[in-house]
Formats: sequence, structure tokens, C-alpha cells
Amino acid sequence: MIAALLHSKTAFLKIGFAFAVPLAVAGTPLPSQRASEVREIANETVRVPPTVFSYRAAGEFNRERVAVSAPLLQLRRDAPVVIMKSQVTEAAFEECVRDGACRALARPSLGRPDVPVSGVSWEDATAYARWLSSRTGEIWRLPTDEEWVFAAGSRVKDEAVETDSDDFSQRWLAKYDRESARDRTADRRTRRIGSFGANEHGLLDIAGNVWEWTDSCFVRQSLDAADRAVGEPTTNCGVRVVEGAHRTYATSFLRDARAGGCSVGAPPDNLGFRLVRDEGSWLGRFIVSLKRLKPIG
Amino acid sequence: MFNRRSMLMCAAVSALLVAAPALAQDLSKLARVKVDLVAPPFIHPHEQATKAAPRIVEFKMNIEEKEITIDGDGTKIHAMTFNGSVPGPMMVVHENDYVELTLVNPDTNSMAHNIDFHAATGALGGGELTLINPGEQVVLRFKATRPGVFVYHCAPGGPMIPWHVVSGMSGAIMVLPRDGLKDETGKPLHYDKAYYVGENDFYVPKDENGKFKHYDSGGESYPETVEVMRKLIPTHVVFNGAVGALTGKNALQASVGERVLVVHSQANRDSRPHLIGGHGDYVWETGKFANPPQKDLETWFIRGGSAGAALYTFREPGIYAYVTHNLIEAVELGGTAHFKVDGKWNDDLMKQIRPPEPIGAGDKLGSIAPHTGHAR
Repeated sequence: MIAALLHSKTAFLKIGFAFAVPLAVAGTPLPSQRASEVREIANETVRVPPTVFSYRAAGEFNRERVAVSAPLLQLRRDAPVVIMKSQVTEAAFEECVRDGACRALARPSLGRPDVPVSGVSWEDATAYARWLSSRTGEIWRLPTDEEWVFAAGSRVKDEAVETDSDDFSQRWLAKYDRESARDRTADRRTRRIGSFGANEHGLLDIAGNVWEWTDSCFVRQSLDAADRAVGEPTTNCGVRVVEGAHRTYATSFLRDARAGGCSVGAPPDNLGFRLVRDEGSWLGRFIVSLKRLKPIG
Repeated sequence: MFNRRSMLMCAAVSALLVAAPALAQDLSKLARVKVDLVAPPFIHPHEQATKAAPRIVEFKMNIEEKEITIDGDGTKIHAMTFNGSVPGPMMVVHENDYVELTLVNPDTNSMAHNIDFHAATGALGGGELTLINPGEQVVLRFKATRPGVFVYHCAPGGPMIPWHVVSGMSGAIMVLPRDGLKDETGKPLHYDKAYYVGENDFYVPKDENGKFKHYDSGGESYPETVEVMRKLIPTHVVFNGAVGALTGKNALQASVGERVLVVHSQANRDSRPHLIGGHGDYVWETGKFANPPQKDLETWFIRGGSAGAALYTFREPGIYAYVTHNLIEAVELGGTAHFKVDGKWNDDLMKQIRPPEPIGAGDKLGSIAPHTGHAR
């Protein structure tokens, strides 16, 4: 069944780990810190060791033509995820803007080194990853949704709606109630890094008031009675999976995910991101280093 | 800052001079009934048709100046309210009843206020007889001679009029025919439930960063608010006083088979209610019940300064969005309410035959070739 679901475009990118790097210190709550220390944290990564984890597939699923909850998968990772300890900061993003590699924010940020950047689209986040990669010679990219869930660990909330009715409107109403139950944060302003604490891996501010773009595209998949994938999924990469206190899907060029129309509840307060460092292939790193050399030569 | 109280006082004094009744009938024999108002979107209990003789219906409203939050971002305005709610409460009487309103302006307020009933005849809808200062109250009686739904609003004179209205001071009254609502052939129409959706347009100034400004008092907000008002582009168009006030946990409730009357008012600006996924079975677009209702409407037009009523029987369960069908106003500015309707889905009216799937997947003969040529 798991294998049958594998053909989503973003699912299960193979991440090898040929180069062993010492583990970053993880799991400790963040004491109040000076700006220079914050800057260091902003550059820190956390290596989340391989394990088995449960994953509610992202996207929409039909079983025998009826909309159903996404399958809950038990996934085994055989490679660690190396992911930024904190979300990318205003100061870091401003640097990319100054270099001309990132588009300026709609509302100029204060460029604070200890506050996550917000008001960024998937395109902005991807541009930042490209810029950081070329600057460092490392491969930085947005995490896939699976990687994000894996790294977020116990902070992930599974919000699947289960109804035993075959009346689609019951499922619709149940989903509406679930969304309505989300209380909107009273204060949506972004806060200092670490304000929402660390998860068991040491990642800061997971499921705080800044939601994070993932690289995963919106996928729709038909299942048979035994939950096996039937046919090819439809993949729409114009819509990406956004993760945080709840999972949502957003058009890739949006910088502000608002509710409205027939949607209810609390939309993401802010859109930001953190990146993973791909240690996978020496070839990839070689290509990045070539790109890096190009402007000089 | 100007002194609001002194500026508005002169108008209140002139009102006293004309407050003598003439040609009043002897109403002492009429029955009196007292009604406790409830906050919208709900409507106080009432009979749809009545066998009672015309009577005097007593209402009391306290005017309350207070800060309210009008959107999910915490934007606040210094609202002026009839009875503490935006919009003010819906009042219901029957044709030829006498409405007797005690209007109270507590001394905790800072401004003079009054009330103009579009349902009333003479004296600027009662506005000329009801201008009261903080610490005063007034009692107005008018005869509800015309059946329909009507706007009421504050109109304290000059530039105060639009400002008070776009600060929340409007509501509606429903004057029912004594024998109830009727269809175009005169057959009685009943409703199982009635909601009052009052629409407001707000004009909140922004700072240089595009953020909505907050002021320490209504008076301080006035000059910049008027600047925004004069451009005629509202920053918020909302139902029941705030973006999302009638969605999510506060969504309007109904069941399949229920006949629901929705009264919609807009004291200042045109609106176009539309029930997404439903219709108006019977619609009094101009809101006046002596005219036959229109049938099967998709969207109806509420002229600024009027109220309309639509009767609809829900036929499918699920979520319905009740919007003003300028969708920019509905989605971007807030003009959306939701109905949450329970019941059993009826496949006869609608069914998804195949779920979304890759193009051609359901076609036994193979994928359907897209049309490419142009007919000439």
C-alpha cells in the first residue's frame, strides 16, 4: 500500500548520508540570548535521526469515488533529515533581497536577526534556498511535507475527519466544524525565535504562529477498497503544502494565506519557512559549486 | 480636538420646540405589550399572523458608544450602537400597531443621538423628535402603517449623519401584515425561522505602513475617517458587525426542509445578497409586503437605505455561503455569512457522478480529445 502511494512527485526524496556530521545540540529550551547568539542559532541545523514515524498523507483522496481521509502511513526513514533549527529570519531574508536574489517583501521587515521572516510565498522561499545554496556551496531546499512532519515529531496534529456516513455532506459539515473550532491567535505578530519552545529534536517554534512552506505539491489520488492507489495521481504544483499548527494548502505565489468565501476558521497567521540541507549526492554539491564558480570565471 | 458635546447641543434644543403632539387618537384603551429586544442575527419571539387588535408595542433601547473589533486582525473602531449591538436589534410589530420606543442616551456617552425610522411618517422619521444628549431619554410613538421591513438609523444632523451610520448606528424593523406574509396569489407563507442580517460598511484610516489606525476616542478618529468616507471605498463590508461574525462557530443554523426568512438591511450602501447553492424562493426585494414577492431569485438587490426579505426552504444539507455578490466585497472586505444545514443529501437534486480524476479516466472509449478547431 505504501509503495502504491509513492508516485507523488515530491514524496520520498531519497536522502543519503555519506558524510557523518556531529549532531547539533538538540532538545534544550532556548534561554534569552544576545543578538549574536541568535544569529548563530539562525545558522544552526538539527540532525533528526532516522526512525519509523506515522504520516497522514497530504492531499485529497477518494475511495471508490467517495472522498475519504488520507491514509495514515507508517513510514521508515533510513536517512536523517538535516534541518534548520529555527525559521529563516528577517535579517537573513533581507540579505538575500539586498543581493538581488530575493524579491522585496510587500511590507518591509525590520530586518531583525531574532524574528522569523513572514509574508513570504513559496516562490520567495525557493529563491532564498537557491541563493543560500549558491552562497554556501551546500544544497539547501524546502523540506518535503514528509520531511517536515518527520522533523516536527510530536508537534504534528493529525486532524483527519472520520465519519462513517456515505453522505458526503456529513463529512463536509464535520470538516467545517473542525475548522471552525480553531481559535485564531489573538496576537498574530511574529515573535522572537524560541518563543514557542523546542520540540523533542530541538527544532524551535514548530507549530507557532509562523506556518512553513514545504516543497510538496497538492496531490489527488484515487484508492481502491483496500486503500491501494488506483491510477496516477493528479499533481498540482501551483498549490503547495503548508505546515504548522494545522496543515493547509496554499497557492505558491501567495504571501498571506487568508480565509474567506466558504472557508472558515483560522488561516495561517504568517507564512515563513525553514530549509533542509541536502547531504545526498556529491554530484549535486559539485554542480552547486560549479554554479558558484561561474560568475567569477 | 473639538468639543463634540457643545457642537451637537444646539440641534437638541431645537428639537424640544416641536415635541407637542397634535390630532392624537385616544389610545388609552389599546392593549400594551412590552418586547425585550435580542441582539442580531436573532429576532425576538413574535407571531407571524395575529388575531389581536392593533396595540401599543413598547420597546426600550440604550444607546451605547463603545469600541468593537471588526475583523480577525483585531482592527477596532469606536462604534455607536443601538442597544449595544452592530447592527441594532430587529423590532417586530404588525401593521397598524403603535411602536412606542424609549430611547436612552446614558451619560457615559459623549455624543447626541437620535433615531430615524423609515417605517414612520413625519418629523424626519422621528429623528426631529428624538435627538437626545448624554444623560437624557426620550419616548417616541409612531403608527406602523406600512407593512414591510424598514431600516432605522441615527441621523443627528449634518456631517454627523453619515458618520454615525457608518459607525454602526443602524438596524431594522419588520412590520408584518396582521394576517401574515402571502405569496403572489394571496396564499399564506410561513417561516420556521427568521434571521436578521444587518450589513455595515466601515471606513478605517490606515497609517503609512498600510495598517489600520487605532484612535483613543471616536472624536479623534473623526477627521481622518471622514477623509476615507468621502472616497466612498469602504475598508470593511461586514454582516452583523464584524468580518466572520456569522461564520464558523457563529454560522447560521438550519435544517433541510426548514423555511427560513432572512431580512437583510443596509442603511448606507447598495448590496446584492446571494445564497451560494440556494435561491430566494420568495423575495421582497424592496422589502414591502403589500407587493407580491418575486420568485426563484438568484440574487436580489438591497438599495442603500433599505431592507429586503427572502424566504427559502433548504433542500440539501451542507454549507451555504450567504454573500453580497460583489465577490471582492464578500471575500476581501468581509461580506460573507454561512448557513450550516443538517439533513440528508438528496441525490436527485445533485450528485457527483465521478470524483475529480485525470482527464479521460472515466471514459470507457479512451481519453476525450480536446476540441481544437474553430467552427466557421
